[in-house]
Amino acid sequence: MKGRVLGILVLLAWGVAKFSFESRLEQRMENTRLGGFKPTVSLRQQAGQAGFIAALGGLRAAVADLLWIRAHTAWHDVQYGRMKLLFDTCTAMQPRRILFWDLSAWHMAWNGAAHIENHEPDPVVRKAKMREFFMVGKDFLQRGIESNPDSWELYERLGTLYKDKLKDFERASKAYDEASNRPGHLEYTRRFAAYALAEVPGREREAYERLMTLFNESEHEWLLTLFRHIQNLEAKLAIPDEQRIWRTVVKFAGTPGKAGSAYAALTDLIKTGSREPAVIEAARALEQKMDIPAERRVKLPAQDKRPTD
Amino acid sequence: MTTESSGPAVAAHASAHKLFSLRRTWAIAANTFRDLVRQKVFYFMLVFGLFLIGTSLLTASISFQGQLQTVMDVCLGAMSVFTMLLAVLATAMLLPKDMEDRTLYTILAKPVSRFEYLVGKLAGVTMILLVATLLMTAAFLVVLYFWQGREIENLQLTEMPERAAAAIAKVKSGTFTSTLFGGIGVIFFRSIVCAGLTLMISCFSTSWLFTVIISLMVIFAGYLVPMARSVWQGPLGTAEVPTHTAILLRLITVFVPDMQLFNVVDDIAVGINVDADVFVRIAGLGAGYLLVYLFVGWLFFAWREL
Repeated sequence: MKGRVLGILVLLAWGVAKFSFESRLEQRMENTRLGGFKPTVSLRQQAGQAGFIAALGGLRAAVADLLWIRAHTAWHDVQYGRMKLLFDTCTAMQPRRILFWDLSAWHMAWNGAAHIENHEPDPVVRKAKMREFFMVGKDFLQRGIESNPDSWELYERLGTLYKDKLKDFERASKAYDEASNRPGHLEYTRRFAAYALAEVPGREREAYERLMTLFNESEHEWLLTLFRHIQNLEAKLAIPDEQRIWRTVVKFAGTPGKAGSAYAALTDLIKTGSREPAVIEAARALEQKMDIPAERRVKLPAQDKRPTD
Repeated sequence: MTTESSGPAVAAHASAHKLFSLRRTWAIAANTFRDLVRQKVFYFMLVFGLFLIGTSLLTASISFQGQLQTVMDVCLGAMSVFTMLLAVLATAMLLPKDMEDRTLYTILAKPVSRFEYLVGKLAGVTMILLVATLLMTAAFLVVLYFWQGREIENLQLTEMPERAAAAIAKVKSGTFTSTLFGGIGVIFFRSIVCAGLTLMISCFSTSWLFTVIISLMVIFAGYLVPMARSVWQGPLGTAEVPTHTAILLRLITVFVPDMQLFNVVDDIAVGINVDADVFVRIAGLGAGYLLVYLFVGWLFFAWREL
C-alpha cells in the first residue's frame, strides 16, 4: 500500500512538473508548423468513429490517404458534394500535404464546374453554380495557403484560378507574384504575374515596364505570349516607334551565331502582329541564309492587318 | 585491515552486493531478449512485411497521384502501430510469465535487487524493440526506394519538362531525409515509453490481460492529452465544459503521457523539416517518462508481496 501511495505521488509530481515542458514543446512544434492538425467535433463526424480513433492513434496520415482514395471513387461516381466533404476531411487531417489542397481545388473549380457547364441546361443557374464551384476551389487554395504559407505551388494554382476561372487578373497577378517570391518556385510564375497584369485595365504602364524588364533580361524570355502582350501594350500606350521591341529583335538578327533563335523571335513577332517591313525583311533574309524550305517559312496573312486582342 | 589485504574473494563479495550492478542487469536483459526471441515475437515482422507488400500493391491499384506519399504514410503508420503493440504485448507478459514459471523467485532469491530486475527486463524489451525497428526500417526503405523509382518514372511521363525536373528534384531530395530517420527514431522512443508504462502497470496488476487493456487505454488517452490540456489552460467550469469534466480532463493531463508529442511522423512524411532541437526535446521528454515509470514501477514492485 505504501509503495502504491508513493508511486501515485511521484506520478502526480511528474505530471505537474512536465506540464509546462509539454506546453512549451507543443508550442514549439506548432511554431515549426508541426501538428497543424486539430481534432474537432466536425472532423469526428466526417471521418467516422473508427477513422477518427485511428487518426488519433497515430494513423492520421494513413486515414487521410484512405479517405482521399474514397474521394477518388466519389469522383468516378460524379458525387461532387461527397467529394467536397471528403476533401474537407483529408485536408483537415493532413493540412501540410499540398497535393490535397491543390487537387481538391482543381476537382472543384475545374472538374466540378465543367460538369455543371456540360449538364446544367438553364444558363443563369449554370453560371451561378459554376461560380459556386470556382469559389469552393478558391476557398481550398486559400485555406491551403494558410496552412502552408511557403508553398509556391498553391499560390500558382490560385493565380491560375483567378486568371482562367474568375477572370480577376489583378488578383491573379498578385498570386503569381506571391508564388515567385517563395522558395523553389518555377521561373514561369514571374512571367505569368506580368502577363496577368497586362490584362488589368488602368495598369498598362506598370505591366509594360515589367514585361520590358523580362524582355531586356535575355532572349530566353522572348516568348510568343510576351511578344503579344508587349505589342498590344505598345499600341495602347502609343510607345514611340524607335522604342518598340521589333527594333531590338531585328538588331539581334544581325548577331553572328544567333540565326536560329533570331529567326524564331522574328517569326513570333510576326505571328503576334508585327508587320514592320524591317521585321519581315530580316525574317526573309534569315530564311535564305539558313536555307529554310518554303513549306516551313513564316507565312503572312493574306490581308496585312494587325490583329486586335 | 586494508582493502588490499582482503583478497579477491572479499572484493568479489563486495561487488556482488553493490546496490546496482550493470553485469547483473545485463544478464537479465540478455535473458529477456533471448526469451522474447524464443517466443517468436519476430513473427510480427513477417506480418509487417506482408502488410508492406500488400499496401504497395493496393496503392498501385487504387490510389491516384501521390502513390509514394501514400506508401510512406501507410508504412510509417504501420511502423508506429506495430512497435507500440510489440512494446505493450512483449512487456505485459514479462512479470506474469516469470511468476508463473517461478523464475522470478529464483532470481530474487539471489543477490539481485528488484530495481535491477526491472531495469534488466526493460532493457531486454528495448533491445527487442530496437531490432524490430531496424528490421522494419530496412523493409520500409526497400519499399520506399522502389516507389521512389516508380514516382520518378511517372513524373517523366506525365509532367511538362520544366515541372517534371522540379518535381523529380523534390522527390529525390524529399524522400530519404535525415528528418525521416529522426521520425523513425521518435517512433522507437515512443515504443520504449509505451514499454515503460506497461512495465509500471504490470508491477501492480495481477494479470497480463489487465495490463494490456489498461496500457492500451492509457496510450490511447495519451493521444487526447492536447485537448485535455487546452481545457486545463481555459477557465475551470465554463458553460461548455462542466466542472467535473474539467477536473477529469486535468487529471488525464497530469497522469497520462502526451502521445501526440511523439506523433511527428505524419508531418515528417509530407516533407516538413524538423529542427534537431525538437527531436532532442522529444527524446528528453521520453527519457523523463521512462525514468519516472521505472521508478514508480519499482515503488509498486518493491512493496509488492510475492
